[in-house]
Amino acid sequence: MRKALAVGRKEFWQIVRDGRTLMILLFVPAFFLGLYGYALSWDIRHVRLAVMDRDNSRDSRELISSFTNSTYFDIVATVRSMTDIERLMDRGDIRVALVIPEGMSHDLRTGRVAQVQVLINGDNANTATTVFGYAQAIVRGVSAQLQLDIIAGGKMPPPISAEPRIWYNPELTSTLFLVPGLIGFIVMISSVVSTSMSIVREKERGTWEQVRMAPINNVSYVVGKTIPYFVISLVSALFIIAAAMVLFGLPMRGSWLLLLFTVSLFLAGALGTGLLVSTLVDSQSLAFQVSLLISMLPTIILSGFIFPIASMPAPIRAITYLVPARYFLVALRAIVLKGVDAHVVSMELAALGVYAVAVLGLASVRLGKEKV
Amino acid sequence: MPAVTVRELTRRFGDFVAVDRVSFNVEQGEIFGFLGSNGAGKSTTIRMLCGLLKPTSGSALVGGIDVGRDPEGVKRRIGYMSQRFSLYELLTVEENITFFGGLYGLDDNAITRRRDFVLDMAGLRGRERTLTQDLAGGWRQRLALGCAILHEPPILFLDEPTGGVDPVSRRQFWALINQLSDGGVTVFVTTHYLDEAEHCHRLALMQAGRIAALGTVHELKAVFSDRAVVEVRTPSPMEALRALDDVPSVEKTSLFGTALHVWLRPGERDTRPLRQRFTERGLAIESVEFVQPSLEDVFMDVVERAGGTSG
Repeated sequence: MRKALAVGRKEFWQIVRDGRTLMILLFVPAFFLGLYGYALSWDIRHVRLAVMDRDNSRDSRELISSFTNSTYFDIVATVRSMTDIERLMDRGDIRVALVIPEGMSHDLRTGRVAQVQVLINGDNANTATTVFGYAQAIVRGVSAQLQLDIIAGGKMPPPISAEPRIWYNPELTSTLFLVPGLIGFIVMISSVVSTSMSIVREKERGTWEQVRMAPINNVSYVVGKTIPYFVISLVSALFIIAAAMVLFGLPMRGSWLLLLFTVSLFLAGALGTGLLVSTLVDSQSLAFQVSLLISMLPTIILSGFIFPIASMPAPIRAITYLVPARYFLVALRAIVLKGVDAHVVSMELAALGVYAVAVLGLASVRLGKEKV
Repeated sequence: MPAVTVRELTRRFGDFVAVDRVSFNVEQGEIFGFLGSNGAGKSTTIRMLCGLLKPTSGSALVGGIDVGRDPEGVKRRIGYMSQRFSLYELLTVEENITFFGGLYGLDDNAITRRRDFVLDMAGLRGRERTLTQDLAGGWRQRLALGCAILHEPPILFLDEPTGGVDPVSRRQFWALINQLSDGGVTVFVTTHYLDEAEHCHRLALMQAGRIAALGTVHELKAVFSDRAVVEVRTPSPMEALRALDDVPSVEKTSLFGTALHVWLRPGERDTRPLRQRFTERGLAIESVEFVQPSLEDVFMDVVERAGGTSG
């Protein structure tokens, strides 16, 4: 244990003096959070809208103001002809056009179905679908209101009204869903990359040979190497979580202690992965590439961070069971968004624990092979 | 009991025999030199003796411990320093000492005591907080030596310990090694600086995985006791070399720096046939005189007789 502490203390001094490692551990996570945190969002706001109002009535103006008041749409042009719409759409100045035909108000008041036209630029199918949803919701809302006004002078409620209530993320802001994934992603990358360099660097500089000459067993060495990275990464991870709360309004409904424990398990696995890479390769540049590849890709694609695991084909879904971020994301979302107890996420915690023990063990074994 | 006992030690890598049935003893307190060109098997032998590499066959006892059976036990009893002075560059002098002390399981009191010893020995007082990367070669070398002996090992392995260090530092370093040897520490050193080999009590010359010659510097040179070595200084050494090809009393010739070394056949002491030949060929000669064979002469001779190249 004394030896492990000696290794840990040495490693800590080295990290603190080596700006590059410290940057990977502290600055890069903050940078990623800022960058991705603002860029990553499925919510579309301020869609550029052109309006062609041929009716020019109180009802048509009501409809238009419903669009602008929603904050999803910004009116950037008021036009008189379809050719204007075509021109604006072609130039990319607008994404949506709302066309209100002459006589809409008249149709409404005389009990006929009034039609408005919403033209959407479909070159980006995702955006188009979302925008279409917004537009439909707004039109439906306005028409329901009008119906009530007309029929009962606003006194009668609609016959059946479903009252949706979304739990844990009432505004359905995709940020709340994405930020926990982002936290897992950042923590994984920074801790895997930084530790993957640590043993290779010693091999390159020749100090590794000196360490091999000393009577220290592999487990002590791996434990000693991991401790300082663990402490620094933990501080960094908690900072990231705190920053996500301040910047993106991530709530904290569960227990801090449980959160700390979950993050610790995840970190141990990530650091073990980095050490394992470090024992397998012989140069720092290769270590950097390998660790980036194995930490980044699975964490983005196979963890449920962005693509839902449930909709993956079975063979791919099987692979996701090997990705630690998968369990971390489920646990993290459950703890911060739902405030669940430990037993709810016990499966995920167990999986993270097994992964950590496995990779740290493998790293120790590999280190033993290196020694002979 | 000898500090190191090696019997028929062999190591193969596939079909290649890196070390071939090597046997020797090293006595306690001895400075034992290991000489040989690159690839002769020096490093492989050292790595086996330090418990890093398992012998294919044969045995080696280091400090009474079998390296094949208990490599970790060997590691506790030896100190090791390599030509790379493997220190942590981003750590200060003091931190390096603390780390290596901890690695060998020293407690805080022992580390403090040994740190003072190493700082004095290496002349690093007042530089405790200097980053190792800012130290000049000689200081680093002495610090590396200090870190290798923190745990007071009875046996010290030095693998080409003076590479890239200026002559003054090299002399200081050898003074330290002599001190350690006087204190009873056995020193096992590999080098390819032949002038340095003169510091060793005994030398083993390795060639193609085998020990080609072993003995004190004096004994090794005695190989030439019945043969005279003549040094010829001339402005045109290559022509002089060719001119001596078929002189009957000459056994062999070689270039030695800018001069020519000529081995006469056993019993021959006459330089007149040489002078005569030079005159016949019209070669200008500055001097022709008998010299003591150097270790390099011995080394070249051993290598030639072992049938290898001098590379």
